[in-house]
Amino acid sequence: MPNIALPWLAEHVETPADLNAEQLAADLVKVGLEEEAIHSSGITGPLVVGRVLSLVKEPQKNGKVINWCQVDVGEHNVLDADGNPTIARGIVCGAHNFVEGDLIVAALPGAVLPGPFPIASRKTYGHVSDGMICSERELGLGDDHDGIIVLTRKGFDESELTVGQDVLPLLGLDEDVLEINVTPDRGYCFSMRGVAREYSHSTGNTFTDPGLRSDLPAASENGFAVEVRDEAPIHGLIGCDRFVTRVVRGVNPASPTPRWMSKRLEQAGMRSISLAVDITNYVMLDLGQPLHAYDLATLSAPIVVRRATEGEKLTTLDGVERKLSVEDLLITDGADGSRVLGLAGVMGGADTEVSESTTDILVEAAHFEQVTIARTARRHKLPSEAAKRFERGVDPELPPVAAQRVVDLLVEFGGGTAGDEVFDLNNTTPNQAIKFSLRDPERLCGVPYTDQQVIDTLREIGCVVTPIENSTIVDVVAPSWRPDLTGAAELVEEVARLVGYDQIPSILPIAPAGRGLTASQRARRSASRALAESGLVEVLTYPFVSQAQYDELAIPADDSRRVSLTLLNPLQGDKPLMRTNLLISLLDAARRNVARGNTDIALFEQGLVTRPTVDAPVAPQLPPAVKPSAEELAALHAGVPAQPRHFAGVMAGEFARSGWWGKGRDASWTDAIAAVELIAARVGVELSRVADTEFMPFHPGRCARFELADGTIVGHAGELHPKVVEALVLPARAVAFEINFDALVDSLTGEAYQAHPVSTFPLAKEDLALVVDKNVLVQDVYDAVVAGAGEELEELSLFDVFEGEQVGEGKKSLAFSLRLRSADRTLTAADTAAIRAAAVAEAAARVGAELRS
Amino acid sequence: MSTPAPEENVASFSPLDEQAVAGALNEALAAIAAAGDLEELKLVRIAHAGDKSPLALANREIGKLEHADKAKAGKILGPTRGRISKALAERQVVLEAERDALVLVEESVDVTLPVERAAQGARHPLQSLQEKVQDLFVSMGWEIAEGPEVEAEWFNFDALNFGPDHPARQMQDTFFVQGMQGQSEPGESGLVLRTHTSPVQARALLERDLPLYIACPGKTFRTDELDATHTPVFHQVEGLAVDKGLTMAHLLGTLDHFAKAMFGPEAKTRIRPSFFPFTEPSAEMDLWFPQKKGGAGWIEWGGCGMVNPNVLKAAGIDPEEYTGFAFGMGLERTLMLRHGITDMHDIIEGDVRFSTQFGMDI
Repeated sequence: MPNIALPWLAEHVETPADLNAEQLAADLVKVGLEEEAIHSSGITGPLVVGRVLSLVKEPQKNGKVINWCQVDVGEHNVLDADGNPTIARGIVCGAHNFVEGDLIVAALPGAVLPGPFPIASRKTYGHVSDGMICSERELGLGDDHDGIIVLTRKGFDESELTVGQDVLPLLGLDEDVLEINVTPDRGYCFSMRGVAREYSHSTGNTFTDPGLRSDLPAASENGFAVEVRDEAPIHGLIGCDRFVTRVVRGVNPASPTPRWMSKRLEQAGMRSISLAVDITNYVMLDLGQPLHAYDLATLSAPIVVRRATEGEKLTTLDGVERKLSVEDLLITDGADGSRVLGLAGVMGGADTEVSESTTDILVEAAHFEQVTIARTARRHKLPSEAAKRFERGVDPELPPVAAQRVVDLLVEFGGGTAGDEVFDLNNTTPNQAIKFSLRDPERLCGVPYTDQQVIDTLREIGCVVTPIENSTIVDVVAPSWRPDLTGAAELVEEVARLVGYDQIPSILPIAPAGRGLTASQRARRSASRALAESGLVEVLTYPFVSQAQYDELAIPADDSRRVSLTLLNPLQGDKPLMRTNLLISLLDAARRNVARGNTDIALFEQGLVTRPTVDAPVAPQLPPAVKPSAEELAALHAGVPAQPRHFAGVMAGEFARSGWWGKGRDASWTDAIAAVELIAARVGVELSRVADTEFMPFHPGRCARFELADGTIVGHAGELHPKVVEALVLPARAVAFEINFDALVDSLTGEAYQAHPVSTFPLAKEDLALVVDKNVLVQDVYDAVVAGAGEELEELSLFDVFEGEQVGEGKKSLAFSLRLRSADRTLTAADTAAIRAAAVAEAAARVGAELRS
Repeated sequence: MSTPAPEENVASFSPLDEQAVAGALNEALAAIAAAGDLEELKLVRIAHAGDKSPLALANREIGKLEHADKAKAGKILGPTRGRISKALAERQVVLEAERDALVLVEESVDVTLPVERAAQGARHPLQSLQEKVQDLFVSMGWEIAEGPEVEAEWFNFDALNFGPDHPARQMQDTFFVQGMQGQSEPGESGLVLRTHTSPVQARALLERDLPLYIACPGKTFRTDELDATHTPVFHQVEGLAVDKGLTMAHLLGTLDHFAKAMFGPEAKTRIRPSFFPFTEPSAEMDLWFPQKKGGAGWIEWGGCGMVNPNVLKAAGIDPEEYTGFAFGMGLERTLMLRHGITDMHDIIEGDVRFSTQFGMDI
């Protein structure tokens, strides 16, 4: 994101003398340019120019050779007996790329370098080193650690330097630079021109637009010609609608880049390369127009702008050979554009680049279409400075202005002569007028802006506003640098932000009466709360899982839970799958807890799982901001995989705690089943339970499957398979459950429960012990007793299960207590005896039960 | 009756011997007063009011008396025995109270002993926070809308005015989904992990009637590596209101109300210009956070704006007739601010010790 150096900004807009980066950030954020960072050199002086008077190489025992230097630092020299600074400072330096007589940068005691690294006199290698001779890296200017900065090699002339001079302003180290964040709609703020304009909007200070010039030469017949042959426009938009070329001859390729310019490039985060390249970059940073400089001698007219053909290749400036796409827009020359010079608006090629011997230069200033550039930059992963600007939109009126600036600078600093060849291919279309209601800003913002306020604000940002007589509608033509202003809402934002968002009042709207939470939302809360109240701890886990995790749980290869969506760009390459069940990630969390010493755990999680089908249709790509037809909408919905909400839990170790009261109780399969029953009860659904002998990761003999009345399977609970427990290193006999919560909620009819009247007649109690075969299910006995006892049975509970010699081999005794009560009379002894007998008879008939004697 | 009464059952004095009766009474009253506990009192009762007590034996003699003496003896013995009964009863009450006091003291326990036999469960604070947020909006008459986490690209981007080439679409750090037929390029399956909860808004605009006031809390995904302040899986809550006559002032009013509910009466919000494809005008929202470390101050809380007319059009709504506002903020950030949580790892790693400290409510 753009870096703003204050003196540069001040060239285009009035700034107060005491403006600092913090204040600039505060001014810019008001109009929507947010501070990303304030870059400060982190250096405080004294950091001065020094001349190396003498340099003595001293080999050390450790094999190193150090330089013992006497450095003249002018007024910072050591005082002599008369109190005059005449005695040079002695400094030890380990680098060797400088010699006696060089002008260097000396950090003297009291200076602080980035780190922070305070400089002080210190004893080293048998000398007192009275400061430090600095490298680029030590000053935060580059990575070169060994390279001592020799100022004359950095573009400084001896004549402009004196010993003892403060180096901070010379190297721009005294200037804070503000880095701002530019939102995608404000491409024009990728330039000093645009930021200066916004600063003026924020402060009211006078802005002088460097993008407007009236002294430009007209296009000439002899201009270096460019042809645009776009046979495959994207969205019907020709890839290039403006192309300006200019010629400068006789440039001295050895001309250095002026210091002020390379300093600004560095502040902007770019490196100085050569005068011609530096000038194109500098003008781009200043105005926002990406530019290119070609070695004229290597070109053959005309330049042809065309799309790439199938299989075409290009080696870009970064040395990478790239396979081109037919959507890539190219700059070419040669017969029929047979030679590819570069990817238009993204990156140039090596063939025609300016070199150390280039004297004649062709300057390119063009306007390329946003989508074309965006796609090419993305396709080739080249987010270049040029592409960043073109994909956000560049002012199509800039090319001739920017080209002229480049020509001017090449003439001034390169000693070149401007050629009279001026070419300007211009097929740009001016911005269309927007019919804009002066009422809209108030309608959307709630601030009573006056008509004049609205019109003035739009004019301030560069719009041409034409009132329509007897109407509150005006015609607004957006300025050429604002391709984002496409409709009324965008204009409203301009009015709101320039007048100030702080003018908008705060009013709480009164919504119409709502219907509260949905049944699902209420049930979810109730179930979560019930689980937590019963001792389970809710956690959140990531939905990203691996095939290895399914293997670990021994989920069979053909299990439908293995049918998963895969991420194309997972963060963890080994976890590319979206989970189809919660347990898989919850068990991972359980493992983590146990590994951290939380060995008595009861976890639960609620969340969505993704259940795609093998033959899932693709979700269609439909045009943006157009209402889909019913069929299209149906296709969209069909393309999105089912994502039911599940609840799952894992319990291991102690569930009821041990303590001074005695031994606690470990979690058992009953706790897992009870958790599911609790959830179902909170939802208000009755589930039936059957044994499931083959559902991993559960124990084949200790797993219940839950079903709705219509037989729909909604979940499982029980003890985990011992092999899984071992693999996950969980406490022995860990238990778990998982249930499809949406299926429970969906089975609700929504009808209110119909109550039974409460009988006030006396209670009668009966106990009943029935002996059945060991393999008879308790549920079947229970059902038989309920059926046999009839409607007077108020409650039936099993209070004992007994197996032993007394009841016989292969048998078990089930002891029930019955609470009996009639709705309309007092039960007599005969009544209760009859009920008891009926219950026994029914149990005998259904499951062969005998009354235990 | 035929068995002769044993020697000790013989009365020692006549019921008419007033002096002897008075002596027995005094003896009894003295014994009652001297009884130190209920056990002693029980023996006193037997000795002085039991069947074989002197007065009882004397009483038995009455039957043998002449008729005239019977009444006299009754008058002597009756009140005497009554006084003894009363004294016994009174002493009984006193001694019982003394005994009760002693027993209850002896039964006292150490009330500081640990009592939590059942393991303590807890809600995850992020879930509790979402519910709190839901309750706030429901209290304003809003409804809570939800949607899928694996979402059609159209709902996540296009319906919200992010065209396929929109720079903002590239900035979303999107997780792309491979299609079930092995599509290998982003975009081919038409699915992504939703990068924000805004697709729920797009769905709601298509499915619900106007006016519309909904909040959408939920899980969202971006390809940020997990560190102390970032997580690839996070939660947002978004609000959307579409009605006639809504303005940015109503947006601000809602944000202020929300901020105060979350962070206390001193909290407030401010907005500054920004850009989102689905809102225009758009704004970043800062929160005045009174409990900020190092002193109250502004911190970034989320984004907001007036619903872009293109978004309304994509749902078939006339932007000339209806206006709307939308806002969204990260719930992890809200949670971290509220509770001084400094490391995202604690929120997402599933360590029971994190949730447990919050208990049931936050």
